[in-house]
Amino acid sequence: MAATTGTAPAVQPLDRQAMLKEAGATGLVIFALAFGLLGFRTLDVPGGIDIQYRFGDVAAAVVIGILGRIALILLREHRPLPVLLTTAPLAVVLLVMLLAKFLFGPETGAELMRFLPFESLVVMWAILIVIVVLALRAARSQTHIASEMTVEDRDARMDRIGAKVQRAARRLGPVLLGIAIIFPFLPFADRRLLDIGILVVTYIMLGWGLNIVVGLAGLLDLGYVAFYAVGAYSFALLATGLDVSFWVALPFAGLMAASAGVLLGFPVLRLRGDYLAIVTLGFGEMIRIILLNWYEFTNGPDGISGIPRPSFFGLAVFKRSVTEGHTFHEMFGLQFTPIHRIIFMFYLILALALVVNLFTMRIRKLPVGRAWEALREDETACRSLGINPRNTKLTAFGIGAMFAGFAGSFFATRQGFISPESFVFTESAVILAIVVLGGFGSQIGVVIAAVLLIGLPEFFRELQQYRMLAFGMAMVLIMLWRPAGLLAHREPTIRLFGKGAAKEAEP
Amino acid sequence: MSAETAIAEGATSPDLLGPIPGGGEAQLTVEHLTMRFGGLVAIDDVSFQAADARITAIIGPNGAGKTTVFNCLTGFYKPTVGRLALHHPKGEFLLERIEGFRTAQAAGVARTFQNIRLFPRMTVLENLIVAQHNKLMRASGYTVLGLFGLKRYREAEEKAVELARYWLDRTLLTKAADQEAGNLPYGDQRRLEVARAMCTEPVLLCLDEPAAGLNPRESQVLNELLLFIRDEHKMGILLIEHDMSVVMGISDHIVVLDYGRKISDGTPEQVRNDPAVIRAYLGEDEEDEPAGETAAGPESAAREGEERDA
Ligand SMILES: Nc1ncnc2c1ncn2[C@@H]1O[C@H](COP(=O)(O)OP(=O)(O)OP(=O)(O)O)[C@@H](O)[C@H]1O
Ligand SMILES: [Mg+2]
Repeated sequence: MAATTGTAPAVQPLDRQAMLKEAGATGLVIFALAFGLLGFRTLDVPGGIDIQYRFGDVAAAVVIGILGRIALILLREHRPLPVLLTTAPLAVVLLVMLLAKFLFGPETGAELMRFLPFESLVVMWAILIVIVVLALRAARSQTHIASEMTVEDRDARMDRIGAKVQRAARRLGPVLLGIAIIFPFLPFADRRLLDIGILVVTYIMLGWGLNIVVGLAGLLDLGYVAFYAVGAYSFALLATGLDVSFWVALPFAGLMAASAGVLLGFPVLRLRGDYLAIVTLGFGEMIRIILLNWYEFTNGPDGISGIPRPSFFGLAVFKRSVTEGHTFHEMFGLQFTPIHRIIFMFYLILALALVVNLFTMRIRKLPVGRAWEALREDETACRSLGINPRNTKLTAFGIGAMFAGFAGSFFATRQGFISPESFVFTESAVILAIVVLGGFGSQIGVVIAAVLLIGLPEFFRELQQYRMLAFGMAMVLIMLWRPAGLLAHREPTIRLFGKGAAKEAEP
Repeated sequence: MSAETAIAEGATSPDLLGPIPGGGEAQLTVEHLTMRFGGLVAIDDVSFQAADARITAIIGPNGAGKTTVFNCLTGFYKPTVGRLALHHPKGEFLLERIEGFRTAQAAGVARTFQNIRLFPRMTVLENLIVAQHNKLMRASGYTVLGLFGLKRYREAEEKAVELARYWLDRTLLTKAADQEAGNLPYGDQRRLEVARAMCTEPVLLCLDEPAAGLNPRESQVLNELLLFIRDEHKMGILLIEHDMSVVMGISDHIVVLDYGRKISDGTPEQVRNDPAVIRAYLGEDEEDEPAGETAAGPESAAREGEERDA
């Protein structure tokens, strides 16, 4: 609801009827949604399932929705004062009630909490945030501190921020890398933190891999997890069936995934945008269903277990003792602790991710990379310049898939067990969300988004069930607010004049 | 002389007998070109020749089939019937048999589009480097060697930048080299598209309404650019244009289409006085100079055509 002008707008008389109509419509929509979603809850009771009715919650949701809508309308019609006067005290009251446990001790806290409209604290906090945002907007509007920006202004500003972050990234990158390298030896880096670190870096790697396909080549691939699965299964089958070591199986798994990428790429070459997305989504599911049903080969839903752990470059193993060969701790004269293996894993995935990053940075400046971007911009023009769109797209699919395959191998060896359940559509969605949130084509954006989307939720395990909800909300906000992604800013791959000249030329 | 060539190649169309209006050696010979879309005959048995190092204009009212001729020449459409022979230093190419991107890659036919098709979020320089894709791809050892930053690739890239620089200078875009192409003013975008086509180092340049939407000054700059390409690079240019001041001012040879048929073919002087052209193209009553039409006509005509393109 960006105002079109920066000047103080004339306040027009309020059309109460229209306002009530709009608020009523909102109420109806919320009722329709909440009735099904909130109204009933199944309970496990001895001997079956019982239904609990929560019509109070539905009513509360409708009332809150209507009030919120009215507040928004008032803000839009430049009447911030009533909004400010109601939301500000309400926010304070809510905050006190929510923190009552800490402020007045558990008993009074529980007493006060009974007055809250919803049982779930998460929902209450969400409502509180909404109210605070409303209050802030009302306050800003009331004091005319900030003239509202137009969408273009905001885009331009965000692009400048994006550019700044990317410029900073050149310095920030090595710093982040340094932190990542010493991370396992930091005093607070316990096993749990290391595990989270490994997970985050895995997703960073997947995000970077998908960024080649989606960000550079502009091919919206919703089935990326399929190649992750192909890599994981290739690795697992090789390692368990043929006793191939990690370092031999890894490139092979990447190759298999790349072949799968090219193979699946062929039929979708002519498709663009939404159609491509739907077909790749279908392919992703197909691979998973094949893995699930080809029992003789993949062991179906039971998965593959006993996948060997990687050795220390084939020189030593991470075990307390072995009958033949060397153990890592003896080789380096250390005390045995299982954390050695975890640290090694961390470095392994870090190295793999860095390979992807370096590769991407390099290939952007090569003819293929530029052709990918050109293809994203205009395929017809590419044809008129003699660029082979088929080969160019297939290399993007293939290379993206290969990196997913590497990540898949790592996943398999880290878990020691894989099953089709690890490769559901949600994974594709999460990886895509990281790319979209970070900004198509932005390497540092992917890092930040992966930390936000993967790292943070791991710390708030209790809120796991709300993770997809938060994802969805974040996506909707991004699409509304900045469709190109948070840090989308494209650095040219080549310049005629140096960087300094470019800055001078900027207004 | 060109008549002899045409006959020697077994030309069957009487249109191709006699020298090419405007002079020059035949570079492109189009014979019996027909293009049907379902029941619609967009081009109906059109034959003409275009000469090397000459500007051949293809004009005609909206929907006459001009862009369709280009699409057939540049591999975007496969003609229903027809023979499109291109005389290339490397030999003769039959364009109707070459498909898609290979026309530009192998036969060296470059084109621009009626509605500009740049790579808007890439810089001006990058647009020109992408145009040299095939050459650079070879130099980068199909990426594999390039990944290791070999000297050969770096040199090839420097050469590519030099060529880009040359065309930037010619199109007055040097200052804008590091800007996003999509942010350029309209007239600059038109010239950039020409520069990009030239960076593919073509033998034949096909321009689809390059002056559409330009102001008179920009139009003049474009005229000079096209004459420069013709005279200094000895390149044949096919030009679709509604702006009569451009057409009459710089073309050596004009082919007029109407409802998919060729209705006139000759030098600007001949076409200007051809009663068939005046009737079909300029309206029944107009006996004036065709230039009278340019004031209002072309702009709006070009706009209408904007939507439909390859
Ligand atoms: N792909 C297509 N499918 C169906 N009909 C087409 C197609 N391309 C062109 N046509 C038809 O062919 C005819 C000629 O179109 P064309 O675009 O070649 O005209 P034009 O001479 O370039 O006109 P303008 O001056 O408006 O650009 C039109 O009737 C058009 O509708
Ligand atoms: Mg046209």
